Amino acid sequence: MINYIWAFMVVFSVISSIFGGNMQVLSNAIISSASDAVNLCIRLGGTICLWGGLMEIAEKSGLTDTVCRLLSPFMKLVFPKMDMRGKTAKAISMNVTANMLGLGNAATPLGLEAIRRLQDENPEKEKASADMIKFVVMNSAAFHLIPTTVAALRRDYGSENPFDIMPASWLTSATALAVGLTAAFILIKITEGISCRK
Amino acid sequence: MQKISAYILPVITAAIILFGLLKRIKVFDCFLSGAKKGFNSAVGLLPPLVGLVLGVTMLRESGALSVITKMLEPFAEISGIPVDVLPLAVLCPVSGSGSLTMFEQILRDFGPDSLQGRVASIIMGSTETTFFAVTVYYGSVGIKKSGCTVPASLLADMTSFVLSAFTARFL
Repeated sequence: MINYIWAFMVVFSVISSIFGGNMQVLSNAIISSASDAVNLCIRLGGTICLWGGLMEIAEKSGLTDTVCRLLSPFMKLVFPKMDMRGKTAKAISMNVTANMLGLGNAATPLGLEAIRRLQDENPEKEKASADMIKFVVMNSAAFHLIPTTVAALRRDYGSENPFDIMPASWLTSATALAVGLTAAFILIKITEGISCRK
Repeated sequence: MQKISAYILPVITAAIILFGLLKRIKVFDCFLSGAKKGFNSAVGLLPPLVGLVLGVTMLRESGALSVITKMLEPFAEISGIPVDVLPLAVLCPVSGSGSLTMFEQILRDFGPDSLQGRVASIIMGSTETTFFAVTVYYGSVGIKKSGCTVPASLLADMTSFVLSAFTARFL
């Protein structure tokens, strides 16, 4: 899937550029994109170290256990087979918490830790497990309790009430999350059914 | 409320460290060992990031995004998404920094309290960059078969676009 989408992105861009007549711009963009990726990686690397360190303290002190317990009703619903006392459940709980608080910078490093633990339990190392799929879907339709970045920008551009979108935002993201997870549940069941019959 | 949101990050950081101290943990040593693990996983992120940024930059710079936006305009009219917000909806699943720039542009052109501004705000508050999540998370552990991740995520994104046009009017 990703292979085709990626190929489509590149080929479709070149075709549009032929008709748009801005090939030189595209050519420059290809070269600069590689160094942009390095910048992004370095920036991401810093936050990964920061949250890796803080997470280690939180885990040793038992703070993550508390967070995990608070989220366990939701977690049991999404990951019914998972051991709620295990390391994986803790890492996912921390990632969900960061997303809810609108700390996007922290969510990615904590999520990377979670996916690494999910991979340790995954029997087929090249194929995403059911829990991994649900986890990534959850992250791509993240539920923000406090939309920090959005509210800050709204205030900067002179909104009278930067936070008044919150109820609409909650309803929208909760529904999107539910739809994404339900779709994942159903699609996983279907694909599992197909592989069983083989 | 705005002040409260500025408190979140500093308070959490302090709370984690204080809690560690209370439990008599050598907090700095512990921090270093965690950070070291993080550093190792950061290095592995470069290859998926180079691929992702290449695709996204090409889409944006070639004008392909505006072509896609044009094609989607009829759907926008049916679902009630303002046409001015459509470029944001197209960019949102692909590029985080790109959609942030587009969001600011919408806020500047139409104002944050206009319908366009509100729909854009709700979209920004309820979706994450799908392709970033898929490539980075799966890339970091070497997953090659993503199964139904992309369709399910895109369905969630689509739900939030359509619903944002509705909730922006009535909530």
